[in-house]
Amino acid sequence: MRRIKRLTWIVGLLPVLWLAVQFFDGGLGVNPIQALTRSLGDWALRFLLITLAVTPLRMLTSLGWITGLRRTFGLITFTYACLHMLSYAGLDQLFDWDVLVKDLLKRRYITIGMISFVLLVPLAVTSIDGVIKKMGAARWRALHRVVYAIAPLVVLHFLMMIKAGYDRPVLYGLVAVALLVMRLVRATMRQGQDGTSSI
Amino acid sequence: MFIEKATDMLIRRDNDLTENDITPERYFWSRRSVLTGLGAGGLAAIPGASAWGKIVGAFQKDATASDEKQTPFESATSYNNFYEFGTEKTDPGAVAPKMFAPGPWSVSVGGECAKPGTVALEDLIKPHAQVERIYRLRCVEAWSMVIPWIGVPLAEVLKRFEPTAKAKYVAFVTLNDPKQMPGVRTPILDWPYREGLRMDEAMHPLSLLAVGAYGRDLMPQNGAPIRLVVPWKYGFKSIKSIVSIQFVEKQPLTTWSTMAPREYGFYSNVNPDVDHPRWSQASERRIGEFLRRKTLPFNGYADQVASLYRGMDLKADF
Repeated sequence: MRRIKRLTWIVGLLPVLWLAVQFFDGGLGVNPIQALTRSLGDWALRFLLITLAVTPLRMLTSLGWITGLRRTFGLITFTYACLHMLSYAGLDQLFDWDVLVKDLLKRRYITIGMISFVLLVPLAVTSIDGVIKKMGAARWRALHRVVYAIAPLVVLHFLMMIKAGYDRPVLYGLVAVALLVMRLVRATMRQGQDGTSSI
Repeated sequence: MFIEKATDMLIRRDNDLTENDITPERYFWSRRSVLTGLGAGGLAAIPGASAWGKIVGAFQKDATASDEKQTPFESATSYNNFYEFGTEKTDPGAVAPKMFAPGPWSVSVGGECAKPGTVALEDLIKPHAQVERIYRLRCVEAWSMVIPWIGVPLAEVLKRFEPTAKAKYVAFVTLNDPKQMPGVRTPILDWPYREGLRMDEAMHPLSLLAVGAYGRDLMPQNGAPIRLVVPWKYGFKSIKSIVSIQFVEKQPLTTWSTMAPREYGFYSNVNPDVDHPRWSQASERRIGEFLRRKTLPFNGYADQVASLYRGMDLKADF
């Protein structure tokens, strides 16, 4: 498993390498900083959806071992979220705090993006090896349900920054909704089962 | 014609264009003529063919040009907002040269004027001396370029149609052709694209009806064969591929301000003090530069145009 995790990290971060190469050789077009920021955001959302897809995948298939990768996918998501923010705050705005604070307060899509990021932080911190044991599985699981709120917020953040032509955020949104609904269906079914068994 | 081309080339030498800038379009033209079955003679040999591709003639260099570095031709033709060809910045450059081949082009001019009519592109332009104008272009999305346009002053063209006293505004419409413009097949915007100017804005000497840029005819992604350039307003006001110009009495509906009135006003003058709700307008990234620069009121043309808006509250009438 350790080897698979390491491989997942390497493959998961390949887009960073690819973006870095493109950033310096002109592959990102004539507005590379914006292209970089957006692409890092896209990858954060993609890995968030991959993370959310682990449980449904386990429900529907016999790939039980994949659960072991869920935390890795989550941490890769967080890595992209950090890089996305760094690209915007550092490269685009050169850490001009005046502008950044104003943006954060005035631009609702940035506010929502920032809320999503802040919510991700405790999930990332508690995903480090060993923390689960300290916290206890039940509390850990309760905390990590926050991801069900983060996913819609991130999609909303994406949707709000677009001027017209919403196909991409809508597509991501549909995937997110599907992944969340599957959990809801399972939870309802389980409740039903629990009910019958308790009789 | 040959003399025109020769002067054209002599003039072109002053530009900082390289061979690399020029080659792709040559290939493009030769490919176009093969694709459309016009043969080796190209467009010029076909009777009744559009003047597009040879509309730019001799033009007077811009003597008032700023010494700001011009945006390279490749950048200006690969990073565009032209939703008729797709919503990604790279879509127009990728799609328009392949799909958009305006045939014989004419512009319908009418409304509150004494001499309305539908005029062929070449007849619309021919009576006027072509000029080059090197203008800053500031997009509402906080990026900017410097483009050497070629065209004729809008005022000169408009005057020929003798607008009446009732003509208070000018309304422009872009071509809406699903066959050549894949973007209009989906209702991303309320097609056709519409823009408008107040009469005094339209008659201002800075307002240009452009038919070329970088010493040649406009590329399809830049609004071929004829577009508006209003350098003190955000880029979306400078409507592309114009098919209609109407003199009207009431302020015309314009595409973006109808779609999102809170975000886009009718005037849309470049104004660092009025933020777009989704991004600050205080600074901009000049394409090709790493550091952002401060955005200037009226995009740096305040000394020439600020008087048009005297007495107006530009925060309310943004």
